[in-house]
Amino acid sequence: MTTAPAAALARHPHDDLLRTERIPHIWCSGCGIGIVFGSLMAAITKSGLPRQDVAVVSGIGCTGRMAGYIRLDSFHTTHGRAIPFATGLQLARPQGKVIVASGDGDLLAIGGNHFIHAARRNMDLTIICVNNFNYGMTGGQLAPSTPYGAKTTTTPQGNPDEPFNFCALAAACGASYVARWTALHIRRLTNTILEAIHHRGFSFVEVVAPCPTAFGRRNKIRGALDLLRFYYDRSVVKNHIAPGEATIDFDHHLVVGKFVELDRPTFLDHYQMVNRGQVEAWPATGVDASAAGQRKAG
Amino acid sequence: MKYWRQPLDREEIKVVRGRVEVIKDRCKGCGFCIAYCSRGLLVMSRKFNRKGYHYPEAAQPELCVNCHFCEVICPEFAIFSSEADAAGNQPPVGE
Repeated sequence: MTTAPAAALARHPHDDLLRTERIPHIWCSGCGIGIVFGSLMAAITKSGLPRQDVAVVSGIGCTGRMAGYIRLDSFHTTHGRAIPFATGLQLARPQGKVIVASGDGDLLAIGGNHFIHAARRNMDLTIICVNNFNYGMTGGQLAPSTPYGAKTTTTPQGNPDEPFNFCALAAACGASYVARWTALHIRRLTNTILEAIHHRGFSFVEVVAPCPTAFGRRNKIRGALDLLRFYYDRSVVKNHIAPGEATIDFDHHLVVGKFVELDRPTFLDHYQMVNRGQVEAWPATGVDASAAGQRKAG
Repeated sequence: MKYWRQPLDREEIKVVRGRVEVIKDRCKGCGFCIAYCSRGLLVMSRKFNRKGYHYPEAAQPELCVNCHFCEVICPEFAIFSSEADAAGNQPPVGE
């Protein structure tokens, strides 16, 4: 066996979706973002969508680099503004699929308001949130997802705040597809991302991913493999559970699964209905002027 | 594999053979593929790649069953498997 033909054949199945000239990427050894990125590319390939109909938008942060490594229409937006950019893209070209891939800090800290309002309007976007429990790129500062008591650069004594439950937040704001997996549930994650891409409406997929360099190291889980297993071993699959009960509790259950799947008109559906005059005047029961003032106050 | 009795269709069932390939210079030595290889055929090489990381290599390449798990778990897109014939060679690729 000669080595030269083998080297010529060594072409990874994802290479046609990767900007290979930028690989190896900047993510640390053992970072979970690469696994999620691989799942995303596998889902895009499986979906069979034409390449010109898929766009990836990301914000700032480690996960935000995804847009720079994928050989599709992609944009690396300003911090927290991935969803507004994606909204514009989606409305300008509604037949395409827009995927927002970003981190917990970008989507739900600085971009929190954009997130809740896009979920409320049920924008037809697929949001992939890689949750690594801290701001990895800037050196491991406190994030809204950092578990209570966990140590970060800015909370050396332990985090005094309660973290967000992103899936409960998304569901409460009106997201029509909500799921969570850890980075080791790879096959299920790929299927979920595929479902989320095909789902019409605001689809939110949270992935609990290891950050061994910035988060694991300060919390005495040093190895990437240990951190990957730590999340996986505590996870319990509970599909269609009430999102409020889908807690990330490291002492008992890290609940994963698909929590919400609803069929709800999107923003564009409502907008077109209003413009065509298909929506009745508000309030739907009408206002009876003669009955006004009949009911006693108090 | 040991069986407590021989399956009746043992001769008809074909065990898929795979061939695992490592793109050495992409690897960062996290060891995920070695830990999660379903057949345990990968080991960490003693050699370094261009960036100074140890990379995995197939210690028993004949065990590979082309399950693709190393491929999906690798965060660096540095390892993949493909189907091979009984001798472990890849079928010719039509360009």
